[in-house]
Amino acid sequence: MMSGTVTDNNTPTATKPEDLAGQVLDLDEDDDLEVFSKDATFMDGSSFNSPMPTSPGSMVNQYKFEEEEEVPDTKDIFVTVDKPESHVTAIETFITYRVLTKTSRSEFDSSEYEVRRRYQDFLWLKGKLEETHPTLIVHPLPEKFVMKGMMERFSDDFVETRKRALHKFLNRIADHPVLSCSEDFKIFLTAEELGTHKKQGPGFLSRIGDTVRAVAASVRGVRTRPEEFIAIQDYVEAFSQKMTSLDKVTQRIIKEQKEYSEELGEGSPVYTKWSDIEDELMVPLKLMASCLDRCHRESEEQVLQLSNSLLPTLHEYVLCTDTLKAVLRRRDNIQAELEAKTETLAGKKTEAEAEVIKEEIDKMDDRLEWANNALKADWNRWQERMRADLRSVFNRTAEKNVEYYEKCLAVWESFLLSQKTEDSEGDNILDS
Amino acid sequence: MMADTGSEDVAVIGNTDQTPSELQNNIKNTMVEKGGTLLKGLEISVAEAEKRTGKNAVSIQETYTVYLIETRAVDNVSEVANPTPDSLWRRYSEFEIFRNYLLVTYPFVVVPPLPEKRAEFVWHKLSADNMDPDFVERRRVGLENFLLRVASHPVLSNDKIFYSFLTQEQGWKEVVFETGFQAKADSRLKALNATFRVKNPDKRFAEMKHYGDELQSVISQLLRVRARVADRLYGVYKVHGNYGRVFSEWSAIEKEMGDGLQSAGHHMDAYAASIDDILEEEEHYADQLKEYLFYTEALRAVCRKHELCQFELEMAAQDLISKKQQREELATGTVRTFSLKGMTSKLFGQETPEQRETKLKTLETQIEEGEEMVKERTAECDEFVKNAWEDIERFREQKDRDLKEALISYAIMQISMCKKGIQVWNNAKECFSKM
Repeated sequence: MMSGTVTDNNTPTATKPEDLAGQVLDLDEDDDLEVFSKDATFMDGSSFNSPMPTSPGSMVNQYKFEEEEEVPDTKDIFVTVDKPESHVTAIETFITYRVLTKTSRSEFDSSEYEVRRRYQDFLWLKGKLEETHPTLIVHPLPEKFVMKGMMERFSDDFVETRKRALHKFLNRIADHPVLSCSEDFKIFLTAEELGTHKKQGPGFLSRIGDTVRAVAASVRGVRTRPEEFIAIQDYVEAFSQKMTSLDKVTQRIIKEQKEYSEELGEGSPVYTKWSDIEDELMVPLKLMASCLDRCHRESEEQVLQLSNSLLPTLHEYVLCTDTLKAVLRRRDNIQAELEAKTETLAGKKTEAEAEVIKEEIDKMDDRLEWANNALKADWNRWQERMRADLRSVFNRTAEKNVEYYEKCLAVWESFLLSQKTEDSEGDNILDS
Repeated sequence: MMADTGSEDVAVIGNTDQTPSELQNNIKNTMVEKGGTLLKGLEISVAEAEKRTGKNAVSIQETYTVYLIETRAVDNVSEVANPTPDSLWRRYSEFEIFRNYLLVTYPFVVVPPLPEKRAEFVWHKLSADNMDPDFVERRRVGLENFLLRVASHPVLSNDKIFYSFLTQEQGWKEVVFETGFQAKADSRLKALNATFRVKNPDKRFAEMKHYGDELQSVISQLLRVRARVADRLYGVYKVHGNYGRVFSEWSAIEKEMGDGLQSAGHHMDAYAASIDDILEEEEHYADQLKEYLFYTEALRAVCRKHELCQFELEMAAQDLISKKQQREELATGTVRTFSLKGMTSKLFGQETPEQRETKLKTLETQIEEGEEMVKERTAECDEFVKNAWEDIERFREQKDRDLKEALISYAIMQISMCKKGIQVWNNAKECFSKM
């Protein structure tokens, strides 16, 4: 469950979502963003700039879905993803997940909702959010397709990993001051059947129009990208490479560790076999066998931490960089469109035509300013989040490794102890 | 095995002031601890190894390694060694000749093994090349261990050829060949033959042989598993070095996280580097196991020798019985068993009384000789059984002691490895929390 404050400390918590809610409902109009831009609360970029104070403890707990966590008082919506179920129809087999929502927010009719959603539905939600908030950073979804050689599509591991990622996806949205108030989000959480809602929204043709404009804009390119966005772009490039490397390294470590664990396990029965043919040595050899077996099991557990916690997190941040690049692109497109429009002004002969263009330019200018501010604020928020996430997961990994070595240490120390008490006199090799 | 034998370690051997019961006591202790040896006041070590090139027996240029054997007389009263040792160089093949001499001359002794001729059960990082310095170093230790084992053996340590091997630079080979040991060696075929055809071997030896086979199998398996485990462990540690590299690069693009990442990266590098020492120590454990793997061969050799002795006794006894039977037949004229001679004499007529008389006389002599032979062989067999079993008991105790110690030092190594791991990851954790 996402913990930590959903909204920042500057503005009153109670009123803001309601205001938003009122405006969100006007989404279907093309100038919805204009509505936003006229809202003083949002023009103030600072509303996004305050850091999200998430305590390390709560960050750690984020990955322990089974445990109870501390919850700050301000959190008023709780979302869980669990209970995957397989569905078989004539055409296909697919998995649905239960999405459970508990909330005290007034825009929700009830305080508890339970719906079933499949991956496609999550994709829909993401698409809608990105459409509505092109320069906000939406947490990535787990991948649509399975990487070759990793896991089977319906294996328990795969479903479990995907479930966790989907849970995180929804919780990040629930935590986001703007996104959590999205109407689409509400629909996703509450509607029995998503089918009808999916068909609404900007028409097919207008969507095509958007795409064409976007492509045209990106082809044109921006004339001058503001410094700060260049910096972000550069960072994202480099960060992407690092995350990809870390992902690969971690996968390799998991592989080696698994094989090591296996081989370790092979040693134990050999010692047992040996103990069967000895007299004096029977006891220490049997003990040796059991020690190796215990170490083997500890080793297996240690790998779980890597594959269930560290690797998925690193992988998420690899996916994040794609999201970030897309966000930057969309911001660029908004700027490019404005620049294009500005150019057309030069060719306008009549006052009337120029006026129309100027009005449009104004709107687009506002839109760009709002988009830039939203991105900047969300970028800061994302960075803080990233830092907390990675710090926490690396911390936890180091902790688990210490635990693993401590357990093995205990195993071998107990071996020594038992041999020491058996020894009569003489052997002084035991002081280590 | 000599867990304590470091590169320059020497064992003090020899204390001639001991009474027989004290000597007997010494046999029961590890040779390093009480220096339970019977070689008179001599410190032995294999101090160095060197590469040489020279022409071999067929005049082909070859490169080989020689080992420096150092000996130092120990002053019996003060138990202090003379400062300057005597030394000579020997190659591995000379050790082999010496060991073969021991095998032939003391067939009832479980003769200590030499370190392996070629590197086996290696994990990938270790070279299987005989010229590799690590291999040479481990071989040097193994050769020293061999000499110390011989020097502390109640029987072997008194051998003159041994003393010669240690101290006589020139002409040792001639001396050892002069003993004619090569001729005395039992042929492989003979021994094998005996194994299959012996009727009443001592049960204990049969069991011991079986034990030797099982021990060999189990230790071989262990060594194979160990090599694979070492390979994997090496992989795990080394890949962490990549974390070090990436963290370092990543820290360059971060502001607040930079320091934490950078220092965490250093710890990852340290972690990756630590595996080399860990595995080198573990190699020692493998060497201890290997020594006993090779010991099983010596054990089996003793059991085979018993079978051979027993077989020859049985053959002699059988021969005697058949001769006695022949005498009986000749004397009474009855043919109890089929023989070609009997048939031909039946076909072509009986012998004359004179011929029979001569035959009987020959037989009588043969029977007398035969009885002597059986007596001798029985005595030999009994003597062999007594001596061999004594040495087997000694070996058994030594093996239990040594292997137990090996297991303990393995546990100690594991503990050390765990402690290092705990330290590194605690350090890393601190760095991560500063991110």
